[in-house]
Amino acid sequence: MKLHTISINNLKRRKAKMAFLTVGLMVGIATIVTLVTLTRSMSNDIERKMDEFGANILITPQSNGLSMNYGGISLGGVTFDQREIKQEDLDKVRKIKNNKNISAISPKVLGGVKINGHDVLLVGVEFPAELKMKQWWQIFGEEPKGENDILLGSDASNTLNASSGDTIEIKGEKFKVAGVLNQTGSQDDSLVFASLPKVQKILGKEGKITMAEVAALCSGCPINDMVNQIAELLPDSKVSAIQQVVAGRLKALDQFKRFSYAMAGVVVFIGSLIVFVTMMGSVNERTTEIGVFRAIGFRKSHIMRIILLEAALVSILAGLLGYAVGMGGAKLALPFMAESKNAHLVWDTTIAFGSVGLALILGILASLYPALHASKMDPTEALRAL
Amino acid sequence: MAIIEIKNVKKQYQTGADLVEALRGVDITIEAGEFITIMGQSGSGKSTLLSVLGGMNHPTSGDVEMAGVKLYQLGSEQLADFRAQNLGFVFQSFHLIQYLTALENVMLPLAIVKMSTAEKRDAARKALERVGLGAKTDRLPNQLSGGEQERVAIARAIVNNPHILLADEPTGNLDSKTSEEVMTLFRQLNSAGQTVVMVTHNPENGAYSDRTIHLKDGLISE
Repeated sequence: MKLHTISINNLKRRKAKMAFLTVGLMVGIATIVTLVTLTRSMSNDIERKMDEFGANILITPQSNGLSMNYGGISLGGVTFDQREIKQEDLDKVRKIKNNKNISAISPKVLGGVKINGHDVLLVGVEFPAELKMKQWWQIFGEEPKGENDILLGSDASNTLNASSGDTIEIKGEKFKVAGVLNQTGSQDDSLVFASLPKVQKILGKEGKITMAEVAALCSGCPINDMVNQIAELLPDSKVSAIQQVVAGRLKALDQFKRFSYAMAGVVVFIGSLIVFVTMMGSVNERTTEIGVFRAIGFRKSHIMRIILLEAALVSILAGLLGYAVGMGGAKLALPFMAESKNAHLVWDTTIAFGSVGLALILGILASLYPALHASKMDPTEALRAL
Repeated sequence: MAIIEIKNVKKQYQTGADLVEALRGVDITIEAGEFITIMGQSGSGKSTLLSVLGGMNHPTSGDVEMAGVKLYQLGSEQLADFRAQNLGFVFQSFHLIQYLTALENVMLPLAIVKMSTAEKRDAARKALERVGLGAKTDRLPNQLSGGEQERVAIARAIVNNPHILLADEPTGNLDSKTSEEVMTLFRQLNSAGQTVVMVTHNPENGAYSDRTIHLKDGLISE
């Protein structure tokens, strides 16, 4: 017989009350787990999309010249006939402090050429990096493999009247149209993509690039840090972050997060109130029992330990159940809440331990006053209560 | 040798606007090994006297010395320790813990004592054997008769070998035959050296004790 024997046996005897107490606390914990997991999963989903779909850092030459747009994104002043970035400088980007966050670097050289009598913007790219970055591209035909393989935007294909398998001539050199892009709705539709070295040679810009797109893995999103780090290494270039779209989404998510936390706070408060009222009721019901404990020599601290141990045991159970139910709820709700079907539920042991810890803290705090009240009971009064 | 000395103990209660004088100057000396019954009508102050003796009820004035310790000079936690080490209580309504077995109920005072569980179990079993309930250790209180529950309550009171056994109307809820058995048990415990102080309103119980103190309106009337 130890003090915990009393706590455990009492919990066994008052099953209904303890079940009510457990459920009350569990609902609070489950709500928090669901909301936290949902927001984290949604956040991860957005980050993943950012990683998958396109660049989030642009490197362009410092320039006061012509401005142009690329893919709906302003490139600022680009005078592609006058100032370029040295291709070798791009290797420095790989050496920045946050280089582990770099998913892909896609250098580009741009230049206007005439094809079949039409003015066309020719873009030299490293196809593996470009295809990795633009996973939304749908290619009719094949991915370009050889140095003389080119890819046509859908509008360019129509204008030039060329499709996959055709051969076109650019500045006297023949190129095979490996594939044609499905309409993207962006400026890519009117471009002709060829391999970087080839275009550099055609445009007479060997070893130079017009711009580079960098896709950064956004976990933790140190984009601004990375921009600064790259700018330091490339002082003659303009480095800018593309954050508008993502920032909008993250802002909406942040609002949802705040709403979630407020809601979780209310639920936790109600859960704590349930614990408090139930424990207080339990203590008042056990007046005689506590009187006996005091009469036979239990100290106030012994009484508190009995009550708080009961609260702790119930809280741990509520925390574990709350985690399981909360994760179940998040799993059910995620497909409705996330933007993509591929959103993954975040399983995090921190949340598991956190939910048990939180339940324990709440249970103990809410039971502190009832335990104090019990410990201060006058044994004579307690025994007279019968 | 006196194990209990009560000197001019007074106890007053405030009940609403009324001041109730439950004890109005009581002097009692009890020798070690004595069996004392305190008798009196309802409201005579006998239960108050027992709670004062049990270190659970501060007297308004007067001294209570027990086993050489001035009881009410101790702090509340020291008083709790004193009760745990020196006193055994038998309550009128047994006050057994319903969710504990007979053995666990008897082990209750040992829950706060540093002993191995095996030693506690052994001590509780011996106490139950002394009261004749060695075969019903695993029964819950509601599986025992009134007399058996009283015996469990007595076993719980003696399991830590207290200097003094305090009993409040121990036969109040028992039939006459069971009452006789319980009183005989108290007599046997006393014969083995246990000091017993019992509060009762039943004159027949007085026959089992060495001495009877009569209380009337908060004063000794013998």
